[in-house]
Amino acid sequence: MSRQQAPGRGTRQAGAPGWFVVPALTIFAVFAIVPLFGVVVLSFTSWDGINPISFSGLASWAGVLTDPVTGNALWVTAKIMAISYVVQTPISLVLGIFVAGKQRYRAVLAVLYFVPLLLSSAAVAIAFKALLDPNFGLGAGLGVPALAQDWLGNPDLVLFVVVFVIAWQFVPFHTLIYQGGVQQIPASLYEAGQLDGANRMQQFFAITLPQLKYTIITSSTLMVVGSLAYFDLIFVLTAGGPGYSTRILPLDMYLTGFRSNDMGAASVLSVILVVLGLGLALLLQRLGGKRRDESQLEGL
Amino acid sequence: MPNIRPILSATIGVGVALALVACGSSGPGAATSSSASMWALTGSDQKTVQNSIDVWNDAHDDQAVKVDFFANDAYKTKVRTAIGAGEGPTFIYGWGGGSLKAYADAGSLEDLSGYLADNPELQDRFLPSVLANGQIDGKTYALPNNRIQPAALYFNKDLFDQIGAQPPKTWDELMALVPRFNAAGIAPISLAGQSKWPDLMWLEILTDRIGGPAVFEKIAAGEGESWSNPAIIEALTKIQDLVQAGGFIKGFSSVAADTSADKALLYTGKAAMLLALGSGYQDTKAGAPAFVAAGKLGYVPFPTVEGGTGDPRDVVGNPSNLWSVNANATVAQKAAAESYLKDGMFTDAFIDDVIASGAVPPVKGIEDKLASSPDKDFLEFTYKLASEAPHFQLSWDQALSPKQADALLTNLDGIFVRGITPQQFVDAMNATL
Repeated sequence: MSRQQAPGRGTRQAGAPGWFVVPALTIFAVFAIVPLFGVVVLSFTSWDGINPISFSGLASWAGVLTDPVTGNALWVTAKIMAISYVVQTPISLVLGIFVAGKQRYRAVLAVLYFVPLLLSSAAVAIAFKALLDPNFGLGAGLGVPALAQDWLGNPDLVLFVVVFVIAWQFVPFHTLIYQGGVQQIPASLYEAGQLDGANRMQQFFAITLPQLKYTIITSSTLMVVGSLAYFDLIFVLTAGGPGYSTRILPLDMYLTGFRSNDMGAASVLSVILVVLGLGLALLLQRLGGKRRDESQLEGL
Repeated sequence: MPNIRPILSATIGVGVALALVACGSSGPGAATSSSASMWALTGSDQKTVQNSIDVWNDAHDDQAVKVDFFANDAYKTKVRTAIGAGEGPTFIYGWGGGSLKAYADAGSLEDLSGYLADNPELQDRFLPSVLANGQIDGKTYALPNNRIQPAALYFNKDLFDQIGAQPPKTWDELMALVPRFNAAGIAPISLAGQSKWPDLMWLEILTDRIGGPAVFEKIAAGEGESWSNPAIIEALTKIQDLVQAGGFIKGFSSVAADTSADKALLYTGKAAMLLALGSGYQDTKAGAPAFVAAGKLGYVPFPTVEGGTGDPRDVVGNPSNLWSVNANATVAQKAAAESYLKDGMFTDAFIDDVIASGAVPPVKGIEDKLASSPDKDFLEFTYKLASEAPHFQLSWDQALSPKQADALLTNLDGIFVRGITPQQFVDAMNATL
């Protein structure tokens, strides 16, 4: 290029000009803002997909908010979110620290742990549905009666089965995040700790965990907000049953929209989902502290 | 540097909203091309439909039909979006009931009554109880296009011999068999409860046996409190009695129909009985040909219920799938579609194809053809069941609006796992009217 703009000309400081964000903002607007706006508008209408859309004011909102199915869906969503967070985080953290080690066998194990993440959720759900069949599944195949429970049909059991399958699929992803986080911690911190006589436990709580603060926040955000989108797996595995036992909010939204053909109510549910997702994401960012650019490596 | 983190986190949340919008993509506007288009389903009918279209197109250059095949669930979502956008196919595949009424009410379907009046031989071809399924308010919007699927009680003859019992003729006999099979270590009845819709056949047939077809007619017509009918309460109570007595195989709520595990339980000798559509025979034949060839699969009509007012010859199930003609199609496309319905469908070759697939077409005068089939016994049983039935009740989840159907299947699931009482079921369903 022969003609280049002289640096520092005009009032602008060195750095990217504002119009660099235009492509990103355009994509964001077309694929996020416009559909979101569409869903908000649809939530004030009633539409069955065939007949013309008609505005119905707050009828869809009133219908959804007074429907006991909605409250139940929120409660089930909260339970799955909480239990799967409590289950997944410690496992991912420990596995992440383990596979962050330099030994070769750990690298091999890391690859194996990663495999479930490569499978599609639908395939995972179909496989588990077959394995959990009380008559022809794992229990019958291995001859272990304890494994031949009514896994998907017992309302008290099914929630934990769902959490287990979710964890089986998503723990590898969070393990990967923690592995990366652990490998970023400077070795000098551990050397200093050893010189001061800290044992492994003390090193874990005094060095590893605090250093992983932002990794934990990232992983938690993805886990919590992601649990608002566990749709495909549950849809294929239980379809929300038995009864309403595993009908989480995104599944309720899909069934309302595309089974019951009630787009107005489904839009209300999706607006609720967006608000919840945004609220949780912002809350978790807040928990990370106000000064996001503060350093964890002062003095190094 | 502006703080863009909130925007990034917003993106994650908004992605959820995208999921709703993205699902509603519409297909190619098939109806805008000049030739008639047909969207059919993959599965057991695919070959029959493909053959008939091939023959039709060879003989009718000027009225060619272009056929595409879709999987069941994908089709249901796709066709609704396409019709809503005025771009549906010329031939609309349907189930009758609530969705047919919705399309007819929206003016999306051609009224075929006039065409049938001009061609009485076309109308006379079909079994009346099946043809009625394509009519809304006395007008015909759809014609049968594949096979009749009445529900029947299938049983494993070996297991009945083992305990020295006969297939039940009454509900009390059925209940009396439950402890006998359980004592022999055999599950009395197989049920794919995980798939929900197999549960529904039990409620449909029991309600008809107890109270007759009028009970559901009132529900389908949306009459207030019509779920409160004593026949419904009694049917639900009987179902829960049967569950409580250990009638259904342990863990039935984890058994899925899409893997045909419910049929496998029957032919592997784990369960003695199964209430199923024609697939009870076809899937068993596919999974255990020797079992069927040895004549070990039995089938009888559903037992009668003592004191019930319904006609014991009534059947429930799927009378037949249907073709409707898109009202938005061009005149030439409509003409091609109507000609095909009259001259391209249920020809001799078409009927032979349906029978060869192990099913019975919904047309009259096929006794000779059925008698020469290797599946003769089953086909003649099915034909007799359907042709003698005063009333052939379409599955309720198809007959009702999709919204009610969803609530029905979910609440009935609750009845089978005994999570709710019959009264709670009735209250929840009355709220959907």
